[in-house]
Amino acid sequence: MKKEWPLWEVFIRGQHGLNHRHVGSLHAPDAETAILNARDVYTRRNEGLSIWVVEARHISASAPGDKGPLFEPSESKVYRHPTFYDIPKDVGHM
Amino acid sequence: MYAQMVKSTGDAVKSREEMSDDERHFQDKVDANIKVEPRDWMPDDYRKTLIRQIGQHAHSEIVGQLPEGNWITRAPTLERKAILLAKVQDEAGHGLYLYCAAETLGVTRDDLTEKLLSGRMKYSSIFNYPTLTWADMGAVGWLVDGAAIMNQVPLQRTSYGPYSRAMVRICKEESFHQRQGYAIMMKMAQGSAAQRKMAQDALNRMWYPSLMMFGPSDKDSVHSAQSMAWKIKINTNDELRQKFVNETVPQAEYLGLTIPDENLKFNEETGNYDFSQPDWDEFFEVLKGNGPCNTDRLNARRKAWDDGAWVREGLLAHAEKRAAAKVAAE
Ligand SMILES: [Fe+2]
Ligand SMILES: [Fe+2]
Repeated sequence: MKKEWPLWEVFIRGQHGLNHRHVGSLHAPDAETAILNARDVYTRRNEGLSIWVVEARHISASAPGDKGPLFEPSESKVYRHPTFYDIPKDVGHM
Repeated sequence: MYAQMVKSTGDAVKSREEMSDDERHFQDKVDANIKVEPRDWMPDDYRKTLIRQIGQHAHSEIVGQLPEGNWITRAPTLERKAILLAKVQDEAGHGLYLYCAAETLGVTRDDLTEKLLSGRMKYSSIFNYPTLTWADMGAVGWLVDGAAIMNQVPLQRTSYGPYSRAMVRICKEESFHQRQGYAIMMKMAQGSAAQRKMAQDALNRMWYPSLMMFGPSDKDSVHSAQSMAWKIKINTNDELRQKFVNETVPQAEYLGLTIPDENLKFNEETGNYDFSQPDWDEFFEVLKGNGPCNTDRLNARRKAWDDGAWVREGLLAHAEKRAAAKVAAE
């Protein structure tokens, strides 16, 4: 079996100043070609102003089984949200 | 559909009691509409069925470029040519989104390609019919993409995250496909007598193959029941086919064209159109490889794959050489 082109993850920053967002992946022999391919595959309708590509093998991901220990602690911290606090109407907009 | 007659293994949907703990937990998640992601635990059969289904769907997008690609150089105007080119390019994109989704399940792209080229994986029966006239570009966009949309819209809610996200992207792009096809049909239906005849002829030839896209009735199929429990299939084939007929009949009437079915009639009681089934023997023959264009389509894909080998190998060798030089320089 011949070797495949490596897999790249593609991130695109759209029109409105938001962060680069993961949109999908593709195969390419190197980073430059990956960017060109990403242009063709993921921005055919003005979806982007900037492209990042990173080879998939360089991404480290949290394990599905760690969901509890990682994210449960934030569930109980309602005081981190502005809606936790009752501010009287008289105070005006805050 | 773009994935027809996908078999899930096993003989019956398991009851909760028959499930292992992992399976029960998995089914609960699916029932609660929580997406399954690549690294989550999933039943082996779920993984296998999805690889077959997504792979077949991807192959259909890629092979589906051929009947339309056939007319790019012969489009009647520069504008039509640009539109058709953009449409066919979208289909390439759809294939790529779907291959990537399948790869998250642990198959390689080369493996999927090899299975298509050796005939071990299928693509939709519809792409084994020829596109004989320009009006076929209208009928394909209108009917074939129309039928695909029927199936793909509900699949946006499918349980497997990467598949669902690919479907969302695809659905955003499909509406243009159907409209550009219908626009061609409108132009021809309002044109000269010869153009109207050509449009009617395209509808006559594409109608039953389009109905076949949904696959034979699966209301009693174990495979469908399992796929529906896993939410990798959302509606039965008959439901989708009926919905397609209901939506398409008024569109044909607007064009002043006649759907080639003497039994087509609105049924006041059911609120649906009654219609004739396509010739299912023909469908199975096409699936077996005996349709009018099966050989052409596979040969075209094999030639593209073989002719591209030196490019794939050359670019990879070049990239490796440059990476090695870069490491040496550091
Ligand atoms: Fe498509
Ligand atoms: Fe399409």
